[in-house]
Amino acid sequence: MCTTCGCSGTQGATVTDPDEEESVQTQAQQRQQSGTVHQHGHVYRRVDEHSDEHAHGHTHLHPHSHPHEHEHEHEHAYAHVPGQPAALDRAHTHGHEHRTSIELEQDILAKNQLLAERNRGWLAGRSILAVNLMSSPGAGKTTLLERTIRDVGQTLPLTVIEGDQATLNDAERIRAMGCRVIQINTGTGCHLDADMISRGLMQLDPPLQSVVMIENVGNLVCPALFDLGERAKVLILSVTEGEDKPIKYPHMFRASSLMLLNKMDLLPHLRFDVARCVDYARRVNPSIDIFQVSAETGEGMDAWYAWLRAHRDVCC
Amino acid sequence: MHELSIANSVVEICAEQAQGARVTRVTLEIGQLSAVMPDAIRFCFDVCAKDTPVEGATLDIIETPGKARCLACGATLALAVPFGQCACGSENLELISGQQLKIRQMEVM
Repeated sequence: MCTTCGCSGTQGATVTDPDEEESVQTQAQQRQQSGTVHQHGHVYRRVDEHSDEHAHGHTHLHPHSHPHEHEHEHEHAYAHVPGQPAALDRAHTHGHEHRTSIELEQDILAKNQLLAERNRGWLAGRSILAVNLMSSPGAGKTTLLERTIRDVGQTLPLTVIEGDQATLNDAERIRAMGCRVIQINTGTGCHLDADMISRGLMQLDPPLQSVVMIENVGNLVCPALFDLGERAKVLILSVTEGEDKPIKYPHMFRASSLMLLNKMDLLPHLRFDVARCVDYARRVNPSIDIFQVSAETGEGMDAWYAWLRAHRDVCC
Repeated sequence: MHELSIANSVVEICAEQAQGARVTRVTLEIGQLSAVMPDAIRFCFDVCAKDTPVEGATLDIIETPGKARCLACGATLALAVPFGQCACGSENLELISGQQLKIRQMEVM
């Protein structure tokens, strides 16, 4: 973190294009770094310039400040009224040197929301369907993508944005399938945000009327809060996890429009109650679609492909 | 730990709005259904505010309770989690309050 202006470099995510075999530091980080240098330079220059110009400015301003002094006298009169809380407040304010309260009423996630809407417009203008795939780590997101690319990649143009805290492993797996892929490493970040996707999309440059699969960081909590500009959030839950995940992580299940219950081929070896899991998911989100699939064997995957095609057709 | 990036956004927004002034107090509104923990925000806020105009500011958090409208019968009910069941039996609820994530106001000096 820069100790002079307080700009922070903790949000630096890395976007990597495995095809180019080079790691591109995020534009934001570059901007921050070069911005810091530039700003500091300007500050020093301005000090010199100001010393010449200030003399002129001050003499002009003085006549204007006189009427204000009269107003101050009025405020003192209020402060002397005894027994009134408002007057006491004013007296206090004067003692502590002008504390001003500013009403902001600003949504904390507004910046991400704005960037997400920009991504959404960018994608809509190119008739591209973007899907945000979310799950806990190990639920089978990458395996599901590999299978999807193998089964429908010939007829449905697909590209992938991979999100992980570290490594290019998932991008390499997708690339081995012959699919165009960009890896975003979030470093310490636990989710992708709209700004990372914006940079990822620029690097990916997906074709018109295609499908962009965004594989979010494996996490059932944080990604639910951050809109990326996708058309739909798809949640992958595997039967090797607990069937009560929907009520344990309700925000994620509520935000998703489709749940893929994965690893159904393992069901005979487990004590997973499918009906109860589906019931929990519908309690949290009555309108969620649920498909039971196995990315390993291909069982039930046709429903997922039909869903993808239907949503892609809406975009075109 | 999305609270870290949220606390970071709060500090960024306040520092920008303060336009060079020092921020002495920040008041947030966090809904109980917003998936954000006030304690985690408090923990992260001081770390994020360090070396910024927001350093040392007092953080006040107003927690707004969750409320939903039943889409079947129209009744309003209180919620502690983002799902539940209306007295009429329906689980089809629309959340109408408790998802707030806002900076209400700040005090500058």
